[in-house]
Amino acid sequence: MKVDISGLSKFFENRVRLGIMSILVVNDSYDFNSLKEALGVTDGNLASHIKALEENGLIKSRKQFIGKKPNTSYHVTEAGKQKFMAHLKALEEIIKSQ
Amino acid sequence: MESKSEYFEDLKIIKKVMEESSRFLSLSGLSGLFAGIIALAGAAFAVYSFLDGKVLLSGGFFSAGKIRELDSLKIKLIAEALVVLMLALGVSVFFSYRKSVRKGLKIWTPVSKRFLVNLFVPLVTGGILFMILYFQHHWQLVIPSMLIFYGLGLVNAGKFTFNEVFYLGLIEIAAGLLSAIFPVYGIIFWCFGFGLLHIIYGLAMYRKYER
Repeated sequence: MKVDISGLSKFFENRVRLGIMSILVVNDSYDFNSLKEALGVTDGNLASHIKALEENGLIKSRKQFIGKKPNTSYHVTEAGKQKFMAHLKALEEIIKSQ
Repeated sequence: MESKSEYFEDLKIIKKVMEESSRFLSLSGLSGLFAGIIALAGAAFAVYSFLDGKVLLSGGFFSAGKIRELDSLKIKLIAEALVVLMLALGVSVFFSYRKSVRKGLKIWTPVSKRFLVNLFVPLVTGGILFMILYFQHHWQLVIPSMLIFYGLGLVNAGKFTFNEVFYLGLIEIAAGLLSAIFPVYGIIFWCFGFGLLHIIYGLAMYRKYER
């Protein structure tokens, strides 16, 4: 059986990026602190991966104020969703092929 | 390129993160079990201490001629209902908090907030309607309104927690509609919906997910 792994993206080999994308494809939006708690990573680590995902057009941010506190929430773009789902499908294909 | 076992690990992480971030998994079966026991105890207490064993809210007991002398009873019943509600909410929060600590889950997350909003909008609406119906003496609609709006809340909030909650909601709605058709058996439907169903659901969920 030929396994189609064309959907696989090196970009998602990093587990933090994988985690961010997993959360954003099943939630309309998620804020920075909740992402941080859900993934158990540091501010700096999360921020650098978010930046990379944003620069590649996979996610978008929305800044707002809750009371006086600034709050940034993130949502996945259509392109990001497609790319991630293709990656997920390729992973499943690989596992099934053994 | 990663090895196969790493891909497998990736998939496991994706699945876990998706589930934990989109579903409120701290909800404990024990919450349902004890809420059900409290509801049955509350109903038994009301029937035997206030109502001398007569059937509650059946329309026959609260007939129009007796309403004036029932004013103090009405207040007692409402007060007891509130105590039962507070106790049931209290144990629900307690056991869910305990489960979240044991399983290392965060209890206050975006999805737990969504779960609560989706549950409480129908629930508070039903609660207000309940008070209106109760004080306007529409006895026959009091129990159906409690069961139906509670069921709608569960159906609504079921999207953000275990699927079983959705089905529990459907059964509560059905029980509510049946209690509207057969108002004489109102208290029995109430005990079924808030007591027995919660106990069965709670035990089943506890055995399935928490043991």
